[in-house]
Amino acid sequence: MWVLKLAWKNLWRNRGRTAVTISAVFFAVVLSITAGCLQDGVFANLIRNMVSFYSGYIQIHQSGYWDQQVLDNSMTRDEQIEESIRKEPGVTAFSPRIESYALASAGEVTKGCMVVGVDPEKENAITMLKSKVVAGAYFPHANASGALVSEGLLQRLGLALGDTVILLSQGYHGALAAGQFPITGVLKFGSPELNDQLLYLSLPSAQDFFSAPGQLTSYVLALESDDVQGQVQAGLQSALGSQMEVMNWGEMMPEVEQHINTDKSGMYTIQIILYLLICFGIFGTLLMMMAERQHEMGMLIAIGMKKAKLVQVVLAESVLTVLVGCLAGMLASVAVTYYLKNYPIRFGGDMADMYKRYGFEPIFPASMNPTIFFTQGIIVLALALVLGLYPMFKVLRMNPVLAMKN
Amino acid sequence: MKDVIDAHNISKTYNRDTIPVAAVQHVHLHLVRGEFTALVGPSGSGKTTLLNLIGGLDRPDEGSILIHGTDITKLSANQLIDFRLRNIGFVFQSFNLVPVLTARENVELIMQLQGMKGSEIEARVQALFRQIGMEDKMNTRPSQLSGGQQQRVAVARALASKPQVILADEPTANLDSKSAGNLLDIMLKLNQEEQMTFIFSTHDQRVIERARRVITLVDGAIVSDTARVATEST
Repeated sequence: MWVLKLAWKNLWRNRGRTAVTISAVFFAVVLSITAGCLQDGVFANLIRNMVSFYSGYIQIHQSGYWDQQVLDNSMTRDEQIEESIRKEPGVTAFSPRIESYALASAGEVTKGCMVVGVDPEKENAITMLKSKVVAGAYFPHANASGALVSEGLLQRLGLALGDTVILLSQGYHGALAAGQFPITGVLKFGSPELNDQLLYLSLPSAQDFFSAPGQLTSYVLALESDDVQGQVQAGLQSALGSQMEVMNWGEMMPEVEQHINTDKSGMYTIQIILYLLICFGIFGTLLMMMAERQHEMGMLIAIGMKKAKLVQVVLAESVLTVLVGCLAGMLASVAVTYYLKNYPIRFGGDMADMYKRYGFEPIFPASMNPTIFFTQGIIVLALALVLGLYPMFKVLRMNPVLAMKN
Repeated sequence: MKDVIDAHNISKTYNRDTIPVAAVQHVHLHLVRGEFTALVGPSGSGKTTLLNLIGGLDRPDEGSILIHGTDITKLSANQLIDFRLRNIGFVFQSFNLVPVLTARENVELIMQLQGMKGSEIEARVQALFRQIGMEDKMNTRPSQLSGGQQQRVAVARALASKPQVILADEPTANLDSKSAGNLLDIMLKLNQEEQMTFIFSTHDQRVIERARRVITLVDGAIVSDTARVATEST
């Protein structure tokens, strides 16, 4: 107890020095946590936007479908699968789909397109498809017979709302798929790729068109957040067995995951520089402290204080200083990140325009992931402890007579 | 009477800029309980080195030093620190109190290092401050005490562990004559009442006059060792 008391009193010996050290740690922790929370929030937002666009966080397919995306690799809609999905904690919605390519024709024009058969209500819960309707109306019910055509595709075909589109494709098990569908709605997607090729039918219409009654190519899942993804994926894979493949968005879109990882690496570099600055700051004060107190430390050893005890005092001083800076920094970070979460940074320019085109809000929200707070706090604390080895080493090697001469 | 300090043929040579300097040469020294001894000699004669060797702060190149029968030259560094804590009290020239602690806490520190209990510490602290006549300054920081008062606290700290021997290196060098006189009175009183052994290096004639034994060192060797009748306090 007296070790802590002595360490605490020593902190007030040179208030300026202690204040400088605490401030260095405080600002480092605030910067490091805020940067981490912003990065986490921005990526979580990006992922949320992206998966809600089309893919969902997780998809379930018949095993082998992802490598060879043909109707013959489709699965039969199964209540047991749906029950397993419903039971999985963390899943907020799911939508059954049947997807395949087709030729869309109007008069002399024929274009390739992606036909997606969906349950209107369930699909809307995940991708907010209804909000993308810019003309006409969304599917009025689950068995609606019309088609929702993306704006780009409609223009390429030279069609308009109310016209009929003819679709030709290869159906399930080699059957010929042909049909004509009245265009009941026009969809607008921010992504030119999707805007030029998507055509939505209701699930029964699409199954009928592809001669694949009761067949699905995928279940698309929405989750509470990206954080539960691993747990949900593992739970479902174990419940559904090897007949099914349960894939997350990162596996389906590896290029996006790679981009996020590259960005994160850049952030780590910045954080390492920040940590180095903290280290120099703390080490400078430790050097000053050792120089100032060498005589006194020599005297304490002379009168009978064991070096191990003196090391404890010096170490306690370092830990107390850093702990105060860390805790104050963490508290301040809670306030800063809370503000940035509720009042996110809005950005402008071309990037904002691109975000808006895709239907996303141009914001950088902060997350309040407690792991970031604790991780950063522990890293700074660990750094201080490592730096505390210097005075420890000096004390252990100290000759009291020489120290008192200085 | 049994020796409290028995130094036999001790020598210590330092290297100053690669030139060997014999600080203490073949010194034999015996002190019995209750002695009040002054080490005198010109600057550089080896007084402080001899005190450091006797106090276990430094190790001799040769010879042995027995304090109450324990050969401190054979103790490990950690054993030596523990030995100093329990058997030797130090009073340094420049007071050397911990500035962030009060006078009381400076004295308590030694007892806490010894692992004494709270109630025991309290009683001992009260007694020590009574002995040095500073009961009213117990909770004062060293910076608010005069040099003489600081040195009295340093003496109290040296006595805190009830040591066999008190080693004092020029204890009055930084004090005015009144403070030096007060300090000497306290040291003599403790010496007489508790039979505590004092050995101190000094240039101060007032201290030398009141010592009962005066050992003179020149170039690291003892050139005279005189027992004498000390002058009474003025």
